[in-house]
Amino acid sequence: MSDDRESILSRVRGALAPLHERAPLPDYDSELAVMRKLIAGRDLAELFAERIKRVNGLAVTNAADLVAYLRKGGWLHGYCDPVLWPKLQPAFGPDFTVETTFDRKRVDDYAFGITRAAGAIAESGTIVLNDALTSSRLGALAPWVHVAVIERALIHPDLPTAVAALGTDPNVIWVTGPSRTADVEGILIEGVHGPGQQVALVV
Amino acid sequence: MSCQPIDQYATQIPREKRAAVYQGTKATHEKRTKLLFDQFADPNRLRRLAGEIKQHTIENLDTYLPQVEAKLKANGVNVHWAGNAESACKAVLDIMQARGATKIVKAKTMVSEEIELAPFLEKHGMEALETDLGEFIVQIDHDHPSHIVRPIIHKSRAEIARSFEREGLGAYNDDPETITRRARQFLRHKYLSADVGMTGGNFVSAESGRIAVVTNEGNSRFCLAATKCHIAVIGIEKIVPRDRDLAVFLNLLARSATAQELTTYTEFIRGPKSPEQPDGPEEMHVIFVDNGRSEVLASECREILRCIRCGACLNVCPIYRQVSGHAYRSVYPGPVGAVLSPLLMGEKFPQKADLPKASSLCGACNEVCPVNIPIPDLLLRLRNRAKEENVPSVGTPPMGGWSILASQPAAWRAALVGGKIMDFLPLRHIPVPPLSKWEAKRDLPPWRGGQFRKWMKQRQRPGA
Repeated sequence: MSDDRESILSRVRGALAPLHERAPLPDYDSELAVMRKLIAGRDLAELFAERIKRVNGLAVTNAADLVAYLRKGGWLHGYCDPVLWPKLQPAFGPDFTVETTFDRKRVDDYAFGITRAAGAIAESGTIVLNDALTSSRLGALAPWVHVAVIERALIHPDLPTAVAALGTDPNVIWVTGPSRTADVEGILIEGVHGPGQQVALVV
Repeated sequence: MSCQPIDQYATQIPREKRAAVYQGTKATHEKRTKLLFDQFADPNRLRRLAGEIKQHTIENLDTYLPQVEAKLKANGVNVHWAGNAESACKAVLDIMQARGATKIVKAKTMVSEEIELAPFLEKHGMEALETDLGEFIVQIDHDHPSHIVRPIIHKSRAEIARSFEREGLGAYNDDPETITRRARQFLRHKYLSADVGMTGGNFVSAESGRIAVVTNEGNSRFCLAATKCHIAVIGIEKIVPRDRDLAVFLNLLARSATAQELTTYTEFIRGPKSPEQPDGPEEMHVIFVDNGRSEVLASECREILRCIRCGACLNVCPIYRQVSGHAYRSVYPGPVGAVLSPLLMGEKFPQKADLPKASSLCGACNEVCPVNIPIPDLLLRLRNRAKEENVPSVGTPPMGGWSILASQPAAWRAALVGGKIMDFLPLRHIPVPPLSKWEAKRDLPPWRGGQFRKWMKQRQRPGA
């Protein structure tokens, strides 16, 4: 493969050598890549709640609403991040069974998964997850309902700001609504591989 | 008159399939335009900017490739280089064999289609499973994708239901939701038993070595949530200079591809998991694939390397809408394919030299392209190359007479007036085989020759 490296780089150099001038790297105002009119003067949590709804997600602001939502959907068994569970447990009734270790052998058993988010993006209704905070990648992906717990202060206004905050985590993932496909005759179906319901608990 | 290969495909497409492709592409295109223009202050500036960034990158790949390699290595990633398809496939096989791996789950990557990775791995005793729903259906049908973003745009739900039944994924049921649920159930257990997860890379930042991978289904995330080794196969042209550029491209990609503001899952992968991380692959490999790209870079059509594989040009193209994807006989169909596919053929360019002719040169592809690739110009350059290399032009009538007529103003004027007679001639029945064959498949519009000249004269009249 090291031969391939040298020959590729040499071919690339050869291809570019005849160019008298090379296209310069443009500088630009990041505002160009920000959706206009959306953000000005808006409370970011409110805007995020509005935008997540547009991508068929849901934002709630307290644990009681979350529990009512899960109960209404009949989603009574799930996984919860061990750091979050002590805080959330009082809101859950005895009709729920919640595990704080995700057992991949029983991947189909969990109806919901509750994990911490690293933030959110208001303009697109996006949840930001990273490995440092997400206790289990499968816990945030395999259950039908994923609940991301987001701190209000960690909501970014727009994409350029969220990119600037990516940090050094090996894996950051932006989730904008439920897993979806339109492969079959262009008909939108949610919950293809991952969650069919994407919920944000903003605290 | 014999037909060009692309025309031959077109004549065999059933009417319903053509209608499905037309409707599917048109709807996406209309939604895209609305989204982009409603939401951004200067969407055309954004498009041009994205094009400028990519043009800069490809014209400085000799700097960016070593830079990105160093960053990836510093992040704990193993970097490999593959000059051609065989070398790329072998690199994947070597990594798998070194780990004693036998099962790989793949997210959708165009470059792995291009190098025909899955059949290669299967030939060497590996289980290579496509996990994108469309690609999975293509795989079980031993078919080929016909659209960059929607690989099974050419398939009906009934066909898919029959395939699922044949493969033991349940009794015949053509409800799209049932089809999707069955695939979910089948594939999630495959992720969990796989040794290696594979993705492509939509963008790679030279600044941080961060790879951005986008999917709507979340299959890429699943591939990397359950396996211990991640292999990314990435074309050498996928680099962007800075992290901040990712925001520009991500804003344009989903809108252009599927008329979404942002793809559902946008993953930024910086390396394998670090000791304090709970999950994720412990080993990561990136294979940079050339496979003809450096030749494209050396050509007069290097702008095509800006392409971010969004499929917008397919959706708007009147030719793609008529002939669908398989007519392009390549992984990359539509206007982008008409440029890229012949170029990637290298010395075998003549085999695909008909594709640049399959265009109305209407310019719609350039207008929608999120990286502002001048596709019509590139098509003309390739037509010229075919002419210069004396590639035989099947199915194109000789144009010598036309050339004489069009270069004599008096004869041209007379022809414009006299051409009206065409409306009254039974062209289909005139015993000139090329003419009657052409007419059998097409209807000539009413003759309007001279109308423009008349209009122009009136405009030029004083006081008009």
